[in-house]
Amino acid sequence: MQFGLNESQEFLRNSARNFFSGECPIAEVRRLMETHTAFDPNLWAKLAEQGYTGIIFPEEFGGVGLGIVELILLIEEAGRALLPGPFFSTVVMAGSLLDALATKEQKKKYLLPICRGEARAAVAFFEPNGSWDLADVRLTAINGKLRGEKLFVPDAAVADWIIVVASDGAFLVDAKAPGIRIQPMLSMDLTRKLYSVRLDDVPGEKLGETAALSRPHGIATVALAAEMVGGMQRTLDITVEYAKTRKQFGKPIGIFQAVQHQCADMYLETEGARSAVYYAAWALQHRASDAAAAVSVAKLYTSDASRTVGNRGIQVHGGMGFTWENDLHLYYRRAKASETAFGDATFHRERLARLTIDAEAVSAQRA
Amino acid sequence: MDLNLTPEEVAFRDEFRAWLQINVPKDWAEWREKPLEESFPYLRDWQRKLHQGGWAAVSWPKEYGGRSATLMQQAIFWEEMARLEAPPMANALGLGLIGPTIIAYGADTQKKRFIPKILSAEEIWCQGFSEPNAGSDLAALQTEARLADGHYVVNGQKVWTSYGWVGDWCELVVRTDPTVPKHKGLTVLLVDMKSPGVAVRPLRQMTGESEFNEIFFRDVRVPVENVLGNVNDGWNVAVSTLMHERGAYGARLIPLFRRSINRLIELSRKTQRNGRPAGQDPVLRQKLAQCYAEVEIMHLNQLRASSRITATGAPGPEGSIQKLFWSELNQRLQQLAQEILGPYGQLLAGDSYAVDKGIWSYGYLRSRGNTIEAGTSEVQRNIIGHFVLGLPRSY
Repeated sequence: MQFGLNESQEFLRNSARNFFSGECPIAEVRRLMETHTAFDPNLWAKLAEQGYTGIIFPEEFGGVGLGIVELILLIEEAGRALLPGPFFSTVVMAGSLLDALATKEQKKKYLLPICRGEARAAVAFFEPNGSWDLADVRLTAINGKLRGEKLFVPDAAVADWIIVVASDGAFLVDAKAPGIRIQPMLSMDLTRKLYSVRLDDVPGEKLGETAALSRPHGIATVALAAEMVGGMQRTLDITVEYAKTRKQFGKPIGIFQAVQHQCADMYLETEGARSAVYYAAWALQHRASDAAAAVSVAKLYTSDASRTVGNRGIQVHGGMGFTWENDLHLYYRRAKASETAFGDATFHRERLARLTIDAEAVSAQRA
Repeated sequence: MDLNLTPEEVAFRDEFRAWLQINVPKDWAEWREKPLEESFPYLRDWQRKLHQGGWAAVSWPKEYGGRSATLMQQAIFWEEMARLEAPPMANALGLGLIGPTIIAYGADTQKKRFIPKILSAEEIWCQGFSEPNAGSDLAALQTEARLADGHYVVNGQKVWTSYGWVGDWCELVVRTDPTVPKHKGLTVLLVDMKSPGVAVRPLRQMTGESEFNEIFFRDVRVPVENVLGNVNDGWNVAVSTLMHERGAYGARLIPLFRRSINRLIELSRKTQRNGRPAGQDPVLRQKLAQCYAEVEIMHLNQLRASSRITATGAPGPEGSIQKLFWSELNQRLQQLAQEILGPYGQLLAGDSYAVDKGIWSYGYLRSRGNTIEAGTSEVQRNIIGHFVLGLPRSY
C-alpha cells in the first residue's frame, strides 16, 4: 500500500503549479474577476494546449486518458491559483457527464471539441427547491422539450451548450437556442460567475438516464473539494508568510502562541481535507465499495474546513486581512461558494448517516 | 498511489491472522474487567506466547528479535490484534518506546543484557520523565545524578510514571550537569527499580484508578555502565523515546476508534430518545456522521504519513500531528457517546443498568487525559508551528 504520489503524479502536479503561476498569477485573477464573464480565450487556449481540457477523457475523443487522482491533482493546483473561468464547469462537470452518459456519436460531437479546447459547456442542476440530491430534481422533459428554471449554473454565459439535468435524464441544449434566458446572479465569488437559466420549451438532445449521473456527480463533488484544498493551502501559505514578517510589540507575530496555534490548526485542517479528497478520488477511480461514503467524507470535512481556514487566515492578518487589496478575501469568497455547491457539510453528513446508520437497518428490513 | 495491499503485506497479514486464530486466548473477556494488578501475570503470559511466535515486536530489526516490519505491516499487525480482540502486551513501554531507544543508542552489552528480557516480558520497563516541576518543559527537570566512585547517585522525584508499580527497570532522565543550558546537561540512566532508595507510590487519577505512579529516588546508586547513549546527551535520547511514543501509538488506536464509532452507531439504532431511536434524531445523526468522517480521516492521515516516512526514510513531526488529531477526536467521540446514551452514559461498571459494562463512563473520564498525556495539545501545536511551518519558537 502506498498512499503518496508516484513520479508521474508528482510531475503532473509540479508542472500544473508552474503553469498556473506563470499563466494565471493573482494579478490576472483580479483583472478577470472585474470582467463580466471572467473568461479569457487566450488562457483557455493555453489550458487546452497543456491537455488539461481533456485530462481524464479517452484518447479516442481527444483526451489524455488519465485517472481521477490525476484530475484531482490538477484541480488542486487550479484552486491554489484561484483559476477563474469555465474550466471546472466545462471539463469537470460537463466533460465527465458526457463521458459517463453520452453515446459514441455524441461524444465525438461534444466531448471531442471540449478536449480540444474548441467548445465550452455548463451543467444546469440546482432548482429552486434547494437540493443537491439527484432524487430531488423536478424539471422533466415533455416530448423532448424542457421548461423550467435552473439556478447557480456556473459560467453559463460563455458556454456553447448547456446540459440540463432533468428527472428523466440529462439533456443537451444549444446555449443560443430560442427560449433560453441566461441571467447573471450577482454572487460573492467574483472569479466564478453564476447564472440563472430559464428554459421555455427548449428542445433538448437526450444524453442518458438520470441514474447514470451519480458517478459524474461524485467526480465533480470530489474535484470541487480538491479545488478547495488548493485554496486552503494557498491561504495557509500566505498566512504563515505574513506571521513570519509582520511585527508587533517588536516581534514577528508568529512567535505568539495564539497566532502560531491558529496556523497549526490551519495546517491540520488542510492536511485532513487533503487525505479525505485523495482517498475519495482513488476510491472513485477504482470503484471501491465505500466510494459513495468517501465522497461525502471529503466534501463534508472540506466544506467546514475551508471556511474555518479562511477565518483563521484573515484573523491572523488583522486589519490587513479585511482589506480589498489583500488576496485572502478572494479565496474566502470562493470557499463560501464552494461550501454549498454539490451539498454543504450538513447535506453530506446526512448522506453519510444514511449510508452508515440506516444502511444496515434497511437491509434488515428487506431480509 | 495504490491503496491495495501488496502481496508481501497480504502474506504478512495472513500469516499473523492464522497464528492469532490458533493462539489468541479465548478467555480475555473475563479478565479485561479486572484490575491490572490482577490481570498482569495473564498479560505477561500472552506476551511470552507472542514472543515465542516471533510476534512481540514486529517493528524491531530482525537481529534483535523483531521482523523488520514496514510501517504498513505494523498497522496491519495492530488491526489484526484488534480484530480478534487480542489482549494487550504486558511490557507495552519496553516494546514500544524503550526497546527501540536502547537499540538506537545502547552499547552492545546493554542490548545483550536488556533486549531479550524486554521481549519475553521477564523485565517490565517504566519511563521516568515528567516531574512535579517539569511537565511540558521537560528539559527543566531537576532530578540530579552525581558521579561518585563509578556510580551515579540519583536524588529526585518523578511523576506520571506508567507501570511504575510493576516496573523492574526504568528509563530515567536526570540532570548530570547543572552548570550548562538546560537541554545540554541531561543524561539517560537505566535504573534497576529494586535498587535501595527507590520508592514507588500510586498516583490516583480522576478515573479512580492508578495507571500511573510517583517515584522517589534517594541516594540511589546507578553504575556508570547504565548510562544510555552519551553523558549529557540525554535530551536527544529522551526525544527519540518521545517520538516513538507519539508516532507508533496512532496506528494502534485506529482499529480501536473504528470499533468505538461502529459500536456507537449500533447503540444509536437501539437507544431510544424522545420515542425514537437516537440514530433517527437529526442532530445526533449529524454528529455521528461527523465523528465517523473524522475517524476515517485519522486513518487516512496515518496512511499518508506512513507512506511519506517510508518514501523519505525520515520520520518527522507526523507523530505530533496524529497525536493532536486523535486525542481531540476521542474527546468528541466520548462526548457523543454521552449524548446518545443520555442519563445511562454516567453509569459505572457494576451498575446493572450500565451500557457495555460502563465503558462509556470510563471512556469519557479517561479521554480527558488524552490531550495532556504524551505531550499536551498546546505542545503539539508548538511543534507543528515551529518544525512544520517554520514559525519562530515561542518559548
